[in-house]
Order: sequence, then C-alpha cells, then structure tokens
Amino acid sequence: MQSVLVENITQNYRTKKTVVEALKGVSFSVNKGEIFGIIGPDGAGKTSLFRILTTLLLAESGNASVDGFDVVKDYKQIRNRVGYMPGRFSLYQDLSVQENLEFFATIFNTSIEENYDLIKEIYQQIEPFKTRKAGQLSGGMKQKLALCCALIHKPSVLFLDEPTTGVDAVSRKEFWEMLHRLKLQGITILVSTAYMDEAGLCDRVALIQKGEILSVNTPRGIISEFEKPLWSIRANEMFRLMNAIKDDPSVESCYPFGQYHHVVFKTQENSRQKLEQIAKQGNYTDVEVHPIEPNIEDCFMALMKD
Amino acid sequence: MQNEKVITAKELTKRFGDFTAVDKITFDVEKGEIFGFLGANGAGKTTAMRMLCGLLLPTSGLATVAGFDVYKKNEQIKKNIGYMSQKFSLYEDLTIAENIRFYAGIYGLSDERIKEKTGSLIKQLHLEGQEKTLVKALPLGWKQKLAFSIAIVHEPAIVFLDEPTGGVDPVTRREFWGLIYEASAGGITIFVTTHYMDEAEYCNRVSVMVDGRIDALDTPANLMKDFSAKSMDEVFLQLARKAVRTGD
Amino acid sequence: MKQFLIFVKKEWLHIWRDRRTLFILIWMPVVQIILYGFALTNEVKNSNIAIFDQSKDEATTTISDEIAASRYFNLVKNVYSYDDIGGTFRQGKIRMAIVFPRNFRYDLLHGNRAQIQLIADASDPNTANTLTNYASAIINDYQQSVNQNEALPYTIKTQVRMLYNPELKGAYSFVPGVMALVLMLVCAMMTSIAIVKEKEMGTMEVILVSPLKPFRIIIAKTIPYLLVSLLNIASILLLSVYVLDVPIVGSLTLLMAESTLFTITSLSIGILISNTAKTQQTAMFMALMSLFLPTLLFSGFLFPIENMPIPLQVISNIVPSKWYYIIVKNIMIKGLGFEAVWKETMILVAMTAALLGISIYKFKIRLA
Repeated sequence: MQSVLVENITQNYRTKKTVVEALKGVSFSVNKGEIFGIIGPDGAGKTSLFRILTTLLLAESGNASVDGFDVVKDYKQIRNRVGYMPGRFSLYQDLSVQENLEFFATIFNTSIEENYDLIKEIYQQIEPFKTRKAGQLSGGMKQKLALCCALIHKPSVLFLDEPTTGVDAVSRKEFWEMLHRLKLQGITILVSTAYMDEAGLCDRVALIQKGEILSVNTPRGIISEFEKPLWSIRANEMFRLMNAIKDDPSVESCYPFGQYHHVVFKTQENSRQKLEQIAKQGNYTDVEVHPIEPNIEDCFMALMKD
Repeated sequence: MQNEKVITAKELTKRFGDFTAVDKITFDVEKGEIFGFLGANGAGKTTAMRMLCGLLLPTSGLATVAGFDVYKKNEQIKKNIGYMSQKFSLYEDLTIAENIRFYAGIYGLSDERIKEKTGSLIKQLHLEGQEKTLVKALPLGWKQKLAFSIAIVHEPAIVFLDEPTGGVDPVTRREFWGLIYEASAGGITIFVTTHYMDEAEYCNRVSVMVDGRIDALDTPANLMKDFSAKSMDEVFLQLARKAVRTGD
Repeated sequence: MKQFLIFVKKEWLHIWRDRRTLFILIWMPVVQIILYGFALTNEVKNSNIAIFDQSKDEATTTISDEIAASRYFNLVKNVYSYDDIGGTFRQGKIRMAIVFPRNFRYDLLHGNRAQIQLIADASDPNTANTLTNYASAIINDYQQSVNQNEALPYTIKTQVRMLYNPELKGAYSFVPGVMALVLMLVCAMMTSIAIVKEKEMGTMEVILVSPLKPFRIIIAKTIPYLLVSLLNIASILLLSVYVLDVPIVGSLTLLMAESTLFTITSLSIGILISNTAKTQQTAMFMALMSLFLPTLLFSGFLFPIENMPIPLQVISNIVPSKWYYIIVKNIMIKGLGFEAVWKETMILVAMTAALLGISIYKFKIRLA
C-alpha cells in the first residue's frame, strides 16, 4: 500500500514582481513502513513539499494523498493521523518538557501514558529535564522532545522537516538510530535533509534540486545509476592539480572531496591513463590515484548538471 | 615571512559568571593558512571567534590578530580582518552593487578602488548585468559567494568565516571553496568553522574544540592517523562523544 | 568621513525601499496636523442646548436669540416642562439647558433682579464648565447692555446646576474613556499578537496538523484575554469607586454585561487583525492604527464629537468604542437603565456579529 502518493505537484510563490517556482511537477510514492529521504539543499522545495503533504499549503496543481486520503478534500483525516515536526522544532519555549508533551498528547485526544512505549526510549533521555523550559534545552534535546511530541499519538506517517539541521554531530547520529527503531513499529517516515550523507541511512530517497526531482531510488540504486567512470586522485598540490584536470577536455568534472579530488570522465576509454598522464605532466608530489564507487553526493552533483 | 603568525593565542579564556565558555586555548595560525576551527554547538567556537574578531573582551590569556592585541587594539583588528557568517551576509533590500559599495566604503577604499573592485568582483562571480539586482532575488549559493567576496574586498590579512556553506547545494559549496583557495593563494589567511567534515579536510590544519578546550590540533592527515580514522567525520565523532557539554 | 557618509546613504536606501515605513513617515505628520489643526479640538462649538422659557417675554427672547445665534451653541429644542428637560438629557441630546423662570422681565424691571438657571451635563465636566461660562458671559453682556441707561443696576443671577457630576470631577468622563481604551488594548491588540506569535514561532503549523479544529484554536486563545479583561474592568471600577470617588450610579450588572459585550467586540477585531498580519510587529501596528488611535481620538472622551467636522463625525460612528463610551457614561455616571442604552447596545451587537462573521469567513485553515 502506498503511504504517500505524489503526482505532478507544482507550487509557485508570488511576490509583487516575481513568481518563484518552488515545485515543478514533482512525483513519487512512499511505501508503508519505509524511511524515505528527501535530499536537497536549501531552496530545493523540501519544506514546500512537506507543507503540501501535511495539508498546510495548497498546491497549484497536481494531486497528493497520504494513507489514501486526498490532501485537499480529506485534510481533516490526514491531520488526525500524521505526525509533523517542522524545521526549528516548533516547541513552546516557555513551557516545560512535560507540559509540551501533555499539550500535544491532549490535542490528539490521547495521553502520555497511552503510547508511552512508543516514545519511551527517546523520552527517557530527556526525562531528567522534564521540568525544564523547552527554550533552555540544547539543540539535541529539543530535537528529541519535538520527536516525542510528533509521535505521542502513534501516527501512521511521520513527516520530519530537516530534523538534523543545526544539531551537533553526535545527536545527529543518535537521531537516525532512533528513526530506525521507530521503523520497526511500522510507522512510515518521510525525512528531509540537506546532508547528503544521510541519504545512505534511508530505505529510499528522492534527490531534489530547484523544485525538480533528480532521481528516486534506493541509495544503492542511485549509485548504480551513475554511469561514468569515477576516480579519486590526490597530490600535495591540490589546487593546481584540480585546475589542470579541469582544463583537460576529456574530463567531465573535477570536484574536491576532502583529501581527494573526484574526477569524472566523459567516456570510459583510457580514463585511468588519461588521469595519470595529467598527473605526470605537472610535477606533483605524492600522487595517488584510485578508482572509486560514487557516493550520493557524487550522484547528486552529476544529476544537477544535466 | 613564511612563518609570520596572523593569529596567536595563549591560554585565552572567557568566563561568563561561573561558566567557562573558552578554557585556556593556545594555538597559532600562520599567514596564508587555511585553518579549520571545528567543534560542536556549545563547545565554545563562537565565543572564541568573537574574541579574536575584537567583539568580545577575553577574561584572561593573551591573543593577537594581524599583529594587534585583542585587549587594546580591537579597532585596529576590525580594520584588518574580514568577517562572514551564515546567518548574516548582505543587505537583502540593497542591490549587489550597493552592497559592494557600502562595505568597501566602510573599509575606507577610495572611489576608484571601489569601482575597480566592483568590476573585478562581478566578473569573477559571473554576475555581469546583475549589478542592479536586489540581493534578495539571488539564490542562496550566490549570496554566500558574493558575501565572501565582499568580506575580502579590502584585502584583509585574515578573513573569519562562520559556517559559510550551511544548506548550500554540493556544487556551489565546492565553488565556494574554490574562491577560498584563490584567496588563500593570494596571501589571505582563512579562519573557517564548518559542520561539513569533508570541508575540514581541505584545511591545512584543523583544531577541534570540546567543552571549551582545544582537544586536537594538527593537519587532517595526522589527525586521521592518530585516531585511526578514515575521515575527519570519524575523528570528530570520537572527540565529540567525550563531550560533557551538550549545550547551545 | 566617507565611511560615515556611506552608512548614511545605506540607511536612506533602506527607508526608501520600505514602502510602508515611508508612507508613515511622510503621511503621518500631515494627517496629524490636519486632525489636530481642524478636527480635534477642546474648543467647544455648536453644542446642543435646549431652552425652557417660562416667561416668553422681550427679555428672555432677546437673551435666547443671542445665545442661539452664538457659534458655541446650537439650539435643538424648546422644552415645556422640567420632565422634558430630564428626558432630553437622558437621551443624550443636549449638553445644557437654559431655564427662564416665569415673569422674568417683570422681576427684572420691578425688583432689579432676576434669575436664570443653567443646567449642564457634567458627565463631561470640562465641556460643562465651558458651556456654562459661555452662557454666563452672554447673559452678562445682556446685563451690561440694559444697565447702561439705568440708575439702579439690574442683576441677573445665573444659577448653575451640574448634572450627574456636581463636583465637576474630571475622573467622571475619564474613567469610562479608560475602560474603553483598556478593553480595546487588551483584547484586540494582545489577542491578535498572541495568535500571530504562534504563527511566527512556527508552532501554529504543528497544531494545525492535528485534530483540533482551527477555529477552536482561535477561541481558546481569546478566552484568557476575555477573563483578563473582565478582571481589568473590575479593578478599574473598584479603583474608581473607592479611590477616585466616582460612583456607579446605575446597575452594576448591566455595566458588566455591556462590558462583556464590548470585550467580545474587541476580541473579534483582534481575530480579524490576526488573520491578515504575518508578524507580531504588523499586528501591533494594525491594532494601534485601527483601534487604539481611533479610540483615543474618536470615542468622544478626549475630544467632543460634536465639535468635529461632519466627515469625522461620520467616521466616529464606526468606531465601536464610541458607542461603548456612551453606554458606560449613561449607566455609570448618569445612572440610566437599559432603555437609555438599548440603541447603542444594538449597534454594538450588530458590529460584533459582522466582525465575527467576517473573521470566520476569512479564517485560514492553511498557512497560505
């Protein structure tokens, strides 16, 4: 069963002088119980998409449904059954942890006790602070509290809009571990993020850029869609090396990736030889060349170009 | 000249009441370096940067920036550094040209110099014809690149970048680092904080702050060797897990 | 120096490009001058008066004509009994009544003294004072003129009676005004800010995606302010009675009931504002411009409405505070009952119904 179905959704923002196309005919579907990632930078359209799916915004055209309910006609049913965690973890800063949770439980006609098992693991980490005002929690703790508030009514679908932005690296990792445990409870989870490496933690992902979907697949699937040969190379003179490689006509792209440059060639033939030749011509020291498998970021960047 | 130090810090400390935000940090940054200043939220990075920019007076310890003492010469420091952060870069309701003109003017550039710089900046960023566009109409990535270029319009000795690439698409991120490399090649020292650990690997040297102290300071390659890690991400996670403070 | 100038130039550009601020900066002074210069004035003109002439002789007619001709007064009615006077005052139709006793001229010519009674509505003590002074001056002038040719002086004594507020306490007109202002402020402005704050903080998004019906969210937000307002009214009344010595002459129940009605009116305006404002700043600005200032200027408690040019008088009719002010004055100061205020009450009810209707209709169940 499709938990979420999106068909050709477009969304525009109009200001006095301009029209911004936030979403340009986006389509994809999410299976029940999946962790589905929407991966893309700021301005790609992630938040607009989430707002349309949680019935907060009307799309200009196209259809979408959540759990079989249409986002326009059946918005009330959707609002009864989904959990939503928007960016900036909207919590009531001047209410305590406990008060926030009670509030959200009550407006969903349930209580903390009823679904405590669902949030227990997460809540126990912030329980010692339950009388502290939400505004005084650290980023990681706010994130956990916001997640509890979104889960407390046992939603069938969970929408998390950039839940890891602005949160420290350790909490980020823990958060994803929590999401995987939630998946076991059968909750469908849609997560949006600008961190490309988080794509690998999802069952399937949609890469989105400037309102358009670049690709929808499992992380492995996206990587296998990457056709061109990919090499990593390093030397002590990275900047000069990069410019030299970029100047070569057989090179599609050369981007820095930390300690190595990732080089994509236009065609498969002799790519290794060509690369080694470029390296020889420049008097570089400590050169290393390896063939590598692309990661999500490589794929995203290649798809962006097309 | 090679070893000219653009930043020196010795036991630099900042206390707010009982709370020690920055705890006796000691480090140097050499001219032309790209220095990565890492740390989790709440580790004390922002406070340390503010002290170095002359915006906050330290509680104790010593520091100089571009040769000027942070206690006594902070006005001089401000004239000789550039600054750019993710949260604020440019005035959205002014045009590109007006923003350049404003910042260049603030830094005391002469009119002809401003004209010259405007021309070269526009060209470098491929923004020809867009001089009269309001900044708010630019996509995020362009704004960040423009902000960086404007931060160094007066060719300062050192530029401080506070998480300049947050939320930007991967291609633009790298183009941004291309600009950083060019600036560094031109002799400007770069002091940058970031959450992207692959960007940490572009730096000449990196320091990692944990609970107000600097717990690691070396080249990325050495750190990865010392921590038996395959990437800076792993190094960072190992260090960050030990943190007691989880604040912000 | 150049750095300084470039900064100035930048600030100028910011202002120039922010149309709304520019509008205020340029038009505000103009509007103020026009308002204060022409429209709003403490000067009393064209006040409605009635004359009860029990003599109808040459003297009384002359004095009446002088008074009626004066630009300060507007003779609206000739009354024929004391009851009539009382009724006319209760209806709020006049600010002052002039009573000539029987045989006025006869007493003056034969006894060299006569009396004129001036009865003024002192629920607005300043106006009452001014009017009685003007009237006394005109009567004095008449006295001077007839004295010119006579050996023995004629004396016309004016007896002044201040209705509702014999001690001419300023608080009498000021307390009802403050009640209107406070209710408007607390209810409309604070409610709209509270609703918009939720939108600004982002928590509105989260609670909209819940079973809670959006309109219930709004009502829930207004109820605390309703209670706070009633508390405020109670405290104002307590202070008025015990500290300022302003009594509640009429029915306290009726007063509280009307106040509750006006509170709901203000709350509806608050909700309407929150529908359109996107930031707290905008909400506050809209509340100030459309409620606080009009209440201050057009409710009648600072500047008598009848002294304003006709267009402004018409505008004052759509300011709900104006009607509430009349109601409170009538009940609290004049001690009148529902019969005296039912018209104004109906107007408030109609306004409330209309405002609530529009708020509900325009209410957004989505973010945009």
